[in-house]
Amino acid sequence: MTITEEPQTGNREVGRDRRRKEDQRLITGRTRWTDNMQLPGMLHLTMVRSPFAHARITNLDTTEAKAAPGVIAVLTGADVTDLQGSLPNAWPVTPEQKAPPHPAIAVDRVAFSGEIVAVVIARSAAAGRDAAELVDVDYEELDAVTDLKAAAADEVLAHPDLGTNESALWVFDSVEAGTGEDVEAAIRDADVLVEREFRQQRLIPSFMEPRSVVVDPTGEQFVLWSSTQVPHILRLMLALTLGVSESKIRVIAPDVGGGFGGKLQVTPEEVITFLAARHTGKPCKWNETRSESLLSAHHGRDQWQKLTLAARADGTVTGLKVHLTANMGAYLGLVTSGVPILGAFMFNAIYKFPAYRFECQNVFTNMTWTDAYRGAGRPEATFAIERMMDELATELGRDPLEVREQNWIKHEEFPFTTVAGLEYDSGNYEAATARAKELFGYAELRAEQARRRESGDRVQLGIGVSTFTEMCGLAPSRVLGALSYGAGGWEHASVRMLPSGKVEVITGSSAHGQGHETAWSQIVADELGVPFEDIEVLHGDTQISHKGLDTYGSRSLVVGGQAVIAASRKVVEKARPLAAHALEAHEDDLEFSAGRFTVKGAGEGQEGVALTDLALRVFAAHDLPDGTEPGLDADATYDPVNFSYPHGTHLCAMEIDTETGESTMRSYVCVDDVGHVVNPLIVDGQIHGGLVQGIAQALWEEAVYDDQGTLITGSFVDYTLPTSADTISFVTDRTVTPSTTNDLGAKGVGEAGTIASTPAVVNAVLDALRPLGVTDIVMPCTPERVWNAIQGAAHQPLTESAAPHFEESAPNQDTPETEGGTL
Amino acid sequence: MTKISMTVDGVNYQDEVEPRTLLVHYLREQLGKTGTVVGCDTSNCGACTVHLDGRSVKSCNVLAVQADGGEVTTIEGVADGETLSPVQEAFRDCHALQCGYCTPGMIMQATDLLRENPSPDEDYVRQHMEGNLCRCTGYHNIVRAVLQAADAGTGGEQA
Ligand code: FES
Ligand code: FES
Repeated sequence: MTITEEPQTGNREVGRDRRRKEDQRLITGRTRWTDNMQLPGMLHLTMVRSPFAHARITNLDTTEAKAAPGVIAVLTGADVTDLQGSLPNAWPVTPEQKAPPHPAIAVDRVAFSGEIVAVVIARSAAAGRDAAELVDVDYEELDAVTDLKAAAADEVLAHPDLGTNESALWVFDSVEAGTGEDVEAAIRDADVLVEREFRQQRLIPSFMEPRSVVVDPTGEQFVLWSSTQVPHILRLMLALTLGVSESKIRVIAPDVGGGFGGKLQVTPEEVITFLAARHTGKPCKWNETRSESLLSAHHGRDQWQKLTLAARADGTVTGLKVHLTANMGAYLGLVTSGVPILGAFMFNAIYKFPAYRFECQNVFTNMTWTDAYRGAGRPEATFAIERMMDELATELGRDPLEVREQNWIKHEEFPFTTVAGLEYDSGNYEAATARAKELFGYAELRAEQARRRESGDRVQLGIGVSTFTEMCGLAPSRVLGALSYGAGGWEHASVRMLPSGKVEVITGSSAHGQGHETAWSQIVADELGVPFEDIEVLHGDTQISHKGLDTYGSRSLVVGGQAVIAASRKVVEKARPLAAHALEAHEDDLEFSAGRFTVKGAGEGQEGVALTDLALRVFAAHDLPDGTEPGLDADATYDPVNFSYPHGTHLCAMEIDTETGESTMRSYVCVDDVGHVVNPLIVDGQIHGGLVQGIAQALWEEAVYDDQGTLITGSFVDYTLPTSADTISFVTDRTVTPSTTNDLGAKGVGEAGTIASTPAVVNAVLDALRPLGVTDIVMPCTPERVWNAIQGAAHQPLTESAAPHFEESAPNQDTPETEGGTL
Repeated sequence: MTKISMTVDGVNYQDEVEPRTLLVHYLREQLGKTGTVVGCDTSNCGACTVHLDGRSVKSCNVLAVQADGGEVTTIEGVADGETLSPVQEAFRDCHALQCGYCTPGMIMQATDLLRENPSPDEDYVRQHMEGNLCRCTGYHNIVRAVLQAADAGTGGEQA
């Protein structure tokens, strides 16, 4: 695989840094967020939520609330118990998977704090809020389990009726799969064994637009507007959950203010708003507060990860064993159970492990349920393996990049089938790393680090490395089938040729900030030779885009974009006989370029016929060849043959004040290989935003609960999103090894930054502090935790080797000082 | 109900509001100025930022009655007809928005920042945009846009 230069764009649209089409509206406030919707007679919903993590509802009195001014109705779980069905989980990861029923409104028991127990339907949001205070609920508190390890021990049950907190155990073993050797043998024969346990803290996606739902029951269909990433999935799931005909439901995702996986869900509130609209016959709106969002919109990550890495004395890795304990929270949401499993194929990452075993134990607790959050399974895997490679390098006393290079797949070895059974189509880790080192000034920074160590500088410098890859472009349907996922991974597109020469492109992937309107226009402009400005991209309304699988998993471009290409090419093929007729030539003698059919060999200067002219001819249909259908429009549904595998090398320099624990990011360089780029501006934007989300996991963010199971970080005062003052400007660059699995040669980019950056930052923090004896800090690495780790290390004898340490008292284990609880 | 009068984006309005009505709700719900949005309930996110008598305020942190007699500019009143303001132009040119939810607040805050300091450096911009949260962009391009608007007053080369 050779590196190609960024393509010379010439007149081509693909590759240009087009300014986005969608921005004009967004920068002038001409927006349509769900909460902007005002419909005649619209009613407003207020949810009443449980303050307890686990309790029986012994009495629920709504009399006073119902009598309050402006209140139309109050619905409880008992009122809708036969109507509400159970919220869907689309991913039973094992045939034996256990899960409790998941009512939208709790009926007799609540299993997490924030669970809905009643809904007030009122004339205004204010009247609803006032009345919600009057709903009188008696709870009998039950023992709650809010610690993941305690839950795994099954002492207190999150759902007593299940008899266990264990939802499912999912295992991949390279011997059983026939993809590699026996990991236990590798561990037995290892010269070097690295065993570590890492914590993936609980995070909250924190999209900026709070969730909002409007349901209009007037008219033949229920029209549901929702701030969702998945209008198509939502429509189907609502129909199945509520027993309503799918054709009677239209879902619209208007402007959606970010999602990051957090809006990849079928929510209780969507179901309840639907039920409320059906109950009252009036349009109903629910719009959440930020506190409600942090409490009850699904959370992300939350795992314990145990890893054992076997290697030879020369640093060659020989085996990797992974055991995850993954916190489901109280219920299984849409893909809750599958998220940690998505990491199964990524722990081996870019390295040539001959033997691999992965186990994931999914566990229930009395906490908000977890589900997709940017990267979904892959950041967890990447964090763990990139931390382990650093640990191995430390163990061997070698440079972390050198140890990685010794073990990674060389550029001439692609395509490469990994020990997890995936075929990586392309990549060049050497090139990305070389470029990143150059931009970073790797050698110089290492020299400075040595000087500062030598002089005992109060501010120590740490250099963090992350050479990541990820699988994206979810997903080949047969792979999803093999993983027991409840749907396929294809995407749909239509191209409509309008008589005026304009083009409408309909895409099944529903954008919420990714710039599909711009990127798809660029793609179609090249395919059809029509001006960028003449293309309108439509999405996010199931009545316009009737078929689709929406936006997540870095899939839009490599799956949805490919569908757009396929549909465009069908248009050209449909137009070919018409062009032959118009030009009085044979079809085989025609060529199509820059939007025109011309006759081969007829020389320069011939006019030919434009595709847009043919669109008008077809519209008039006065003179078409016999038997020709008067239409050029075409549909395509594309099912990817493989994932795509972007990769990159991220280097981070952190300065740590060893007296205060304060850390400052000095520089961050990333060189990503996302294949060919449609719009570099958009790609860079995705990287920047992704980086900050990953850095935030490393340094700042954590959803914290108290012992009673109450969320402490329930507002933006306590759940600390990074600000402009916390962050720096990044140095980004790209290498290009085109993907061979789609016509664009593109690889997904939506999650890359998030996946790569967390380990780069934590590795940098630890690299600064290792000479002080610090071997681990649990994320987020706040100043307090860093300081505690330094203090703790100062009072502990240094251990020379990383002995297996899965016992309480062993070194490297997270000490109580550094483990959770404080921000 | 209290009677209030204010000028919003150049138009005078006289209305009756409940005293507890926040300025942002008055703008959105009574005046239909839905360009201004709400992102939190603790005055942390800045999505609701507007100008009140020429200075940026978080409109979720001001009661409508407090703005009585005042002059309010929202994101909808920033462009001069079809002509974007330099900050709006720079936001588009620098790809300083993705989902666009934080954008109205960002643009209002940046406009006020540049009025205060027409030639800020990166550090100044980062410190003074701190009250506005964005989850999409990582701030990189927002900071770039503010600096570009400061530099040229217009966007750079258009693609
Ligand atoms: S809405 Fe968040 S600061 Fe006003
Ligand atoms: S652009 Fe989405 S929050 Fe800023």
